[in-house]
Formats: sequence, structure tokens, C-alpha cells
Amino acid sequence: MANLISLPELAGHHSSRASGAMPTPKVRKRYWITLGIMIMLALLFGFGLLAWDNPMPVGTEGFWIIAKMRAGSILTMAVVAACQAIATVSFQTVTNNRLLTPSIMGFEALYRVVQTGAVFFLGIAGITFFTGIGQFALQVGIMVALSVALYGWLLSGKLGNIQIMLLVGIIIGTGLGSVATFMQRMLTPSEFDVLTARLFGSMTNADMSYMPLAIPLMLVAGGYLVASSKKLNILALGKETTINLGINHRREVMLTLFFVSILMAVSTALVGPLTFLGFLVATLAYQLADTYDHRFIYPMAFLAGFVVLAGSYFIMKNVFYAQGVVGIIIEAVGGITFLIFILRKGRL
Amino acid sequence: MITLNDVQKKYSSEVSIGPVTLQIPSGGITALVGPNGAGKSTMLTMVGRLLGIDSGSIEVAGYDVSKTNSKDLAKIVSILRQENHFVTRLTVRQLVGFGRYPHSKGRLTTADEEIISRSIDFLDLSELEGRYLDELSGGQRQRAYVAMVLAQDTDTVLLDEPLNNLDMKHSVIMMRHLKRAAAELNRTIVIVLHDINFAGHYADYICAMKQGKVVEFGTPERIMCDEILTDVFETPVRVIAGPEGPLAVYY
Ligand SMILES: Nc1ncnc2c1ncn2[C@@H]1O[C@H](COP(=O)(O)OP(=O)(O)OP(=O)(O)O)[C@@H](O)[C@H]1O
Ligand SMILES: [Mg+2]
Repeated sequence: MANLISLPELAGHHSSRASGAMPTPKVRKRYWITLGIMIMLALLFGFGLLAWDNPMPVGTEGFWIIAKMRAGSILTMAVVAACQAIATVSFQTVTNNRLLTPSIMGFEALYRVVQTGAVFFLGIAGITFFTGIGQFALQVGIMVALSVALYGWLLSGKLGNIQIMLLVGIIIGTGLGSVATFMQRMLTPSEFDVLTARLFGSMTNADMSYMPLAIPLMLVAGGYLVASSKKLNILALGKETTINLGINHRREVMLTLFFVSILMAVSTALVGPLTFLGFLVATLAYQLADTYDHRFIYPMAFLAGFVVLAGSYFIMKNVFYAQGVVGIIIEAVGGITFLIFILRKGRL
Repeated sequence: MITLNDVQKKYSSEVSIGPVTLQIPSGGITALVGPNGAGKSTMLTMVGRLLGIDSGSIEVAGYDVSKTNSKDLAKIVSILRQENHFVTRLTVRQLVGFGRYPHSKGRLTTADEEIISRSIDFLDLSELEGRYLDELSGGQRQRAYVAMVLAQDTDTVLLDEPLNNLDMKHSVIMMRHLKRAAAELNRTIVIVLHDINFAGHYADYICAMKQGKVVEFGTPERIMCDEILTDVFETPVRVIAGPEGPLAVYY
């Protein structure tokens, strides 16, 4: 085979050189050890949430009844961790930006507007009537439709530019947030109470009836993104290199954003907004996995998400007896961990 | 062969490139020269289908770049841009490995690894192949990108200022190698150069652009003269006979 670099004197023995995802055995070993530790932590916190402070002795029938009740919240955490982790990593890759997350792009504002709008226009009677898997499906549907419309419009035509899309997304997000706040001001106090309960969804009382829809959606959207890892590795190199290597850049970005919007919609409709979690989890995963390869970043991101969620709940519940304020501990503990990493390594 | 037919790009009402009609023969190095803003990068990225054409048509090796499947084009033409976005936690070897994607779709075979190794060796990066891109100097990083484009192993190679940031030794090594690849393997290489003496020495053809148009196209012997160079670069240039051929003096 005559190729551009097959000039005779350049040929030699290169058999020991290979281009895997991990440059050295040391890096590879570190990855698997880190992954092992994360799995242990996940199991530890998961089991801790099930068993700790369970008034019944381990193994008795009563123990299992209580554990089963708690298992629902662990399942919710796993689904949310997978959604947030996969969505944020994919989003940051296709936008070539590690500072923004899909939640800043108007997702949470959209959720707030839809929920506020429902209370505003339907009143308490309407909204209490409007529950269950139907409202979950509708919420997810509206969020996906609106975000696809936004991405599609922004990425097509002359302005086919991701930076502009990000900017417009942030502006629309802020605008929607203001609309929601404005509507909230005109609610009666009792309507506002009902709304608040919906806006601050919590892991521990997420509606299990959503799961038959939430889990398949998460598996399909997440599965697609994980399966496109090799393409995403190239998309991370930027638009021009991607096209040069023969990948349809616009198509891949649109598809990725579509599945990201499904994941974000599922997570938000399940437990409400979690502004900081995706960013934290993605950043931790880049540090822990220490590779560009998405096949290795995704599992680490999922585990990081689950450990952060389950760990925060465990600590809040059993140390501070205040499981309602988990958002605060995610932000405090997560933020500090994040700062330590960045300051120690000096890069994102 | 690369054929441009009335190719035009309108950036705004004031800035437009073209219309350009040009044939670049296959086999050999064509140097694209001209002052800043002449439209060299615009032309090159349009040929490499990274930038859409507003009117006209471009063919590379008989394939219309705006109609041919991008996947197939990736095995025919490769392009190095003037600026490159780089990813953290990516080593030189991993980057060069991406050049094989059009052929391997991400599953590198031993043959792919062999090509990657040669590409790295040729650009004198063997010692650095395990280094992360953000731990390299500007010139080393530039060489890594060139190695990736070469690993793509296409008949037509478009390089936008590959000598950027390179020292004398590496500039000369790269040009010599490209020269041989063009001559012995009949590759068509289009390269944007700012050093007119490099163009005069290594190129088979020189294409001079100015204000969005091609103003001269010909062999180095014809282009390397006082009048043409002075006119193209809008600065006094004197061509003298050097030990290895004509030398432009413009200091
Ligand atoms: N994205 C853009 N939008 C608007 N105008 C542009 C854009 N890119 C380039 N131009 C303009 O088009 C003209 C040609 O630019 P181009 O980058 O092709 O020049 P060049 O010959 O490669 O210059 P240099 O030697 O500086 O690299 C310039 O006047 C430039 O200002
Ligand atoms: Mg240029």
C-alpha cells in the first residue's frame, strides 16, 4: 500500500506502540481503581440509605418493608444521576464548552413556566386534577418540543452557530424565569403553596408512577448517546475537524441535543430543577476519568452523580436530620470538591 | 486535480472573495501566497468543504465537494486549518489516531497503528507521542495537527500555514517530505505559505491571491520576479540569484 507516509526509510518496527484511550498502563490502572472506589461508594451510600436508621433488625420482614419504601428514592437518584451525567457531558462536548450546562439553557426556567402556567391558568382545582403519568408525559413532551424548536431554529440557516445558540438560549432561559416569577406574583397564597411543593421536587417523594415512562426514556436517550461515544470524541475536536473527518456535524449536534433535551426533561419533570448537579458531576468525571474518551467518561459521570446525590441525602438525613435541604449540601460539598480539584490540578 | 469554477463567497456587502476560476494540476505542490486578508484561507476551506460556497462549483479529483457525501470526501481530501481547537487530556498519538477515522471508524487496526506511528515519526514527534496536547509548545502542537492530517492519507492534502510556529529545521523537514510525497506518490498538495522563498524553492506552482482574486498562477520561475512580487505583496521586493535558485529580498 502506497501512502503518504510510507516512504521507505520511515518504515520500521512500531508494533509496541498503540493509541488506546489510556496513554499508559499507569493511567489505565488509575482509572479502574478510581472506578472501583466509586462503585464501592455508590453501594455504600445506597445500602446506607436503605438500612441505616431502619428501626427493624436487618433481615426481618419489617426491615424489608421499610427498605422497599426507601428503594424508590434510590431508584429515582439513579435515574436522575444517569440523566444529568449523560446529558451534561454530551452537551458540553457538542458545544465545545465546559462551563455551560443544559440547565442554564432555559430547561429549568421552562419547567418553572410550565408548572406556574398550569397553576395560573387552571387554578388549584385544575392542577390537582392534572397529575400522574399523563402530566409527566405532557411536561416532558412540552420541554422536548420547545428545546428542539429552539435548537433547530438556531442551528439552521445563516446563523448555524453554536455560540449564538448558547447566548440566545441563556437569554431565553432568563426571560422565561422572569415570566414565571411574574406569574407567581399574581397567584393567591394557597395557589403559591401548591406550586412551591411542585417546584421543589425531592428525591424522596418523587412519584413512582412516573417510572414506567421515565426509565425507558432514560435508557433510549442515554443509550443512544453512550453508543455514539466514538463520534462524540471527534465532535469534541470542533466543527472543522469533525467535517474534515467525514462526519455530518450539524446532524450529529442536532441529534445529540435532541437526546440531551429528553434526558433533561425526564430529570426535571421527575425531581425538579437541579441547577448545579450536572456541571459538578461532569467536571468531577473529567478529573476522575482523566481521558478524552466518552466510553470511559460516561460511567464515571454516572457514578459521580449517584455518589453525590446518595451521599448528600445520607449525610443530610442521618447527620443533620434535614433531608429537605439536600440542594444546599450538593452545592456546598460539591462546590468545595470542585474547587479543590481545580486548584490542585489547575485545569478543567 | 482541483477545479474551481466561478467560485464566490460573500461575507458581507463590503467583503467578498472571488469569483475565482482556477485549475490546480494533480501531483505536485501548489503554494498559495498573498497578503493578509487576500482570501487564501477562505479558498482553501471552501475546497475542503468546511465553508459553503455562495456561487460557482468546486471539484476535487472529479468529485463536486458540495454534492459528494462527506464520508467519502474524507478519504479523498484532508485539510488542516490555520487555527485549531484543542481538547485537554488528549495525547499526541490519540490526536493523530483520529486521522484514521474515515478509514477505521474508530476501530484502529494494526495497519492503522503503523500509519499513525510513521506519521508521528515523520514529524519528529516520537518522543512526545504520549504527551498531552496542552503540555506542548505551539510548534509541537502544530506538528501534531499536521501528523493527524497526514495519517488521514488522502490524495489531496490542503494545509493552511502548516509552517506556523515551526523552527527552521522542522520547516525544512516538513517541506522536503511533502515534496517527496508529491513527487513519488503523486499527491496533490495545496499549501498556504507566507515565506515566498519557501514557496519559490519547494512548490511546483505558485498561486498568488490579492483582494479576493487570483492574480497570478504559474511556475516559481515565472512568479519569482521583481514586478510580480512587488505588485502582489504591495511592498518593494527584489529577486536575486541565490545558491539554490532565486531569492526574494524585501527587508
Ligand atoms: N467569518 C468571516 N466573516 C466575515 N469576513 C471574513 C470572515 N473570514 C474572513 N473574512 C474576511 O475575508 C477576507 C479573506 O480572509 P481570509 O481569512 O481568507 O484571508 P487570508 O488570505 O487567509 O489571510 P491571512 O494571511 O491573514 O491568513 C478578509 O478580508 C477577512 O476579513
Ligand atoms: Mg489565512
